[in-house]
Amino acid sequence: MSRSEPLLRVENLSMRFGGLTAIDDLSLDVMAARITAVIGPNGAGKTTLFNCLTGFYKPSSGSVRLVHPQRGTLRLEQLDSHQVASRAQVVRTFQNVRLFPRMTVLENLIVAQHQRLQRASGFSLAGLFGLQAYRRAEAEAIAIAVDRLKRLNLLDRADAVAGDLPYGMQRRVEIARALCVDPILLCLDEPAAGLNPRESAELNALLQSLAGEEGLAILLIEHDMNVVMNVSDHICVLNYGCKIAEGTPDEIRSDAKVIKAYLGEDDGEGDYGNYGGEGRDASEGSEENMLSGALRR
Amino acid sequence: MGVVVSAQHTPSLAERLKDAASVAFIALLLGIPMLGLTTVDQGGALRVATRWPVLAAFVALCFAGRLIARYAFERWQLGRRSQERTKNRATPSSRRYGVLTNWLGWGCFASALFLPILFSDNRYVVDTATTVLIYVMLGWGLNVVVGLAGLLNLGYAAFYAVGAYAYALLATQFGWGFWQALPVAGALAAGFGLLLGWPTLRLRGDYLAIVTLGFGEIVRVVLVNWTDLSNGPNGIASIPRPTFFGLPFKPGDEATFASFFGIEFSPLHRIHFLYYLILALAMLTNVFVSRLRKLPIGRAWEAIREDEIACKALGINVTQVKLSALAISAMLGGAAGVFFAARQGFISPESFTFNESAIVLAIVVLGGTGSQLGVVLSSLVLVLLPELGRDFADYRMLLFGAAMILIMIWRPGGILAKREPTLRYSALPRDGERP
Repeated sequence: MSRSEPLLRVENLSMRFGGLTAIDDLSLDVMAARITAVIGPNGAGKTTLFNCLTGFYKPSSGSVRLVHPQRGTLRLEQLDSHQVASRAQVVRTFQNVRLFPRMTVLENLIVAQHQRLQRASGFSLAGLFGLQAYRRAEAEAIAIAVDRLKRLNLLDRADAVAGDLPYGMQRRVEIARALCVDPILLCLDEPAAGLNPRESAELNALLQSLAGEEGLAILLIEHDMNVVMNVSDHICVLNYGCKIAEGTPDEIRSDAKVIKAYLGEDDGEGDYGNYGGEGRDASEGSEENMLSGALRR
Repeated sequence: MGVVVSAQHTPSLAERLKDAASVAFIALLLGIPMLGLTTVDQGGALRVATRWPVLAAFVALCFAGRLIARYAFERWQLGRRSQERTKNRATPSSRRYGVLTNWLGWGCFASALFLPILFSDNRYVVDTATTVLIYVMLGWGLNVVVGLAGLLNLGYAAFYAVGAYAYALLATQFGWGFWQALPVAGALAAGFGLLLGWPTLRLRGDYLAIVTLGFGEIVRVVLVNWTDLSNGPNGIASIPRPTFFGLPFKPGDEATFASFFGIEFSPLHRIHFLYYLILALAMLTNVFVSRLRKLPIGRAWEAIREDEIACKALGINVTQVKLSALAISAMLGGAAGVFFAARQGFISPESFTFNESAIVLAIVVLGGTGSQLGVVLSSLVLVLLPELGRDFADYRMLLFGAAMILIMIWRPGGILAKREPTLRYSALPRDGERP
């Protein structure tokens, strides 16, 4: 993959809600087969960025261009959210897991293949009469779902009701479901939140194999610096909606502006509570500690 | 009686007897003034008489009843807890549930099939059963929108009315037959479903409920006031009855059902025919909806009920999915309306009030939203209960309300609240591809 041709190019993107500017003139490139991380303190505009990329918000200004291998250049900011997934094959997950809680894991993954199946079912007519073509398509969809479940080590939970699963497992189901849409760009919003260290290490391995072996572009929002520093090829740091730094993990670690944004003016103990403080997982320590650990390593 | 039944330990016989005795004692205290003593009219004066045998029987009944009730309750709790313990890994138990409901469903179908034979000369029973089946069909139709797609619709009677009026007008004005009018009326109702759908796509929950409520009223008010079309509040009378492949059910020598089969004319023939007709229509609806549920469109309906935003993120066109649910549900309601008009022979806006929408919605909610069999059971309850309650005269609706409240207390998710998955990995045929 040539470095010069980005898969996704975000240019001068701004998103304003009334007087509040959530994203301010942001430009960002996402390369194919690379993992790009977006980090920043809480309220920096990371999830808003995702919402703009995936059609859930219409940006106030700026453009989001995706170079699709088959469909040419697509302007994502002009597409509806469902078209972003079905036409541009940009698929996202959510910060607070959004599964179909009363459906089984397998059903969740089959629903993700709705477009293809719906076409195969001849808008339900072929399906109603149980035609061969539809049954073959359904078997294929199940095979794809089973493959994704195997990858995420969830096959033994295929028939479990999704809402009954533990949190970490629900996150994995959400990723498996996103992979069923056949994405070329996968946007993951805090995939490691609530995972234990072992699950988090598995996630790292999965992300690396998706990007490295399958050439999937991954855009990642993450607070867990272990994940970010280990897997990212490229990191973009946001603060108050502005990009304050960009570069490789090593560059970010030593960037003065990033340290300042996370740790406050003076690198002292007293200034900690400025940002963050959500304390998602007490056992992993606060995000500031994790970052400072990762930054100083 | 303030006795906390702890299910942690099984009480000994002595404890049980003591518990029952305390209940019996309270019964005795209450019973002395209420049962033991009574006043009798003796020679114009009131005199107190005693009824000790009655009181003794009552106290004994309370004693035994408490023993049995407590034992039964403990057993039930025990069973429930062991059930809960196995719940999470219990695909077998949930599959057993599926088998059970399956058998129950076939049982209902078989009894529906033989009902007119068993009660062949009882017109009341067959008529009531026909009414039940109309509501079953309406419930199945509404289930698509409320149960599967999770869109609350309080104006379902509007589609029922559209179907009924479409048939009534086509038949009385243009001489169409039942079978010709059925698809046309269904399509027309589906069109009305889309009409309702377009402006309400963004709405959910309470807001959607209010708009659909308004829609139902608009249709009714239009029918009342557009006298040229609908004959207003006077309704449309002498709607032709459905024929048996062109053979009418009436006495006479020309080609009628009775003369064709060489049997004596009986007004019951039509009653039975109508019963089997609605049974067939309802079963067709059932098969149609059950199959759709296992198709991509049906799974998308359920996914929309579960999480609309996640659906969008997966590339599902929420607009199309919602409209398809509304249209199909409306079509089924319209078909039920055609049958209703054909059965009654007379329709007026009176038949399509909000009350009708509310009953059908109650059937779906009480049955357990999304459950096909639940709709059957709750239609039975909701239609038969007022019928059985006729003896209670004025208290009939009180009884009805109490029954509904009790059902919602015992089974807050509806009679059959458990959702049956549309496919199971463990039940799939596998070609050597075992994990």
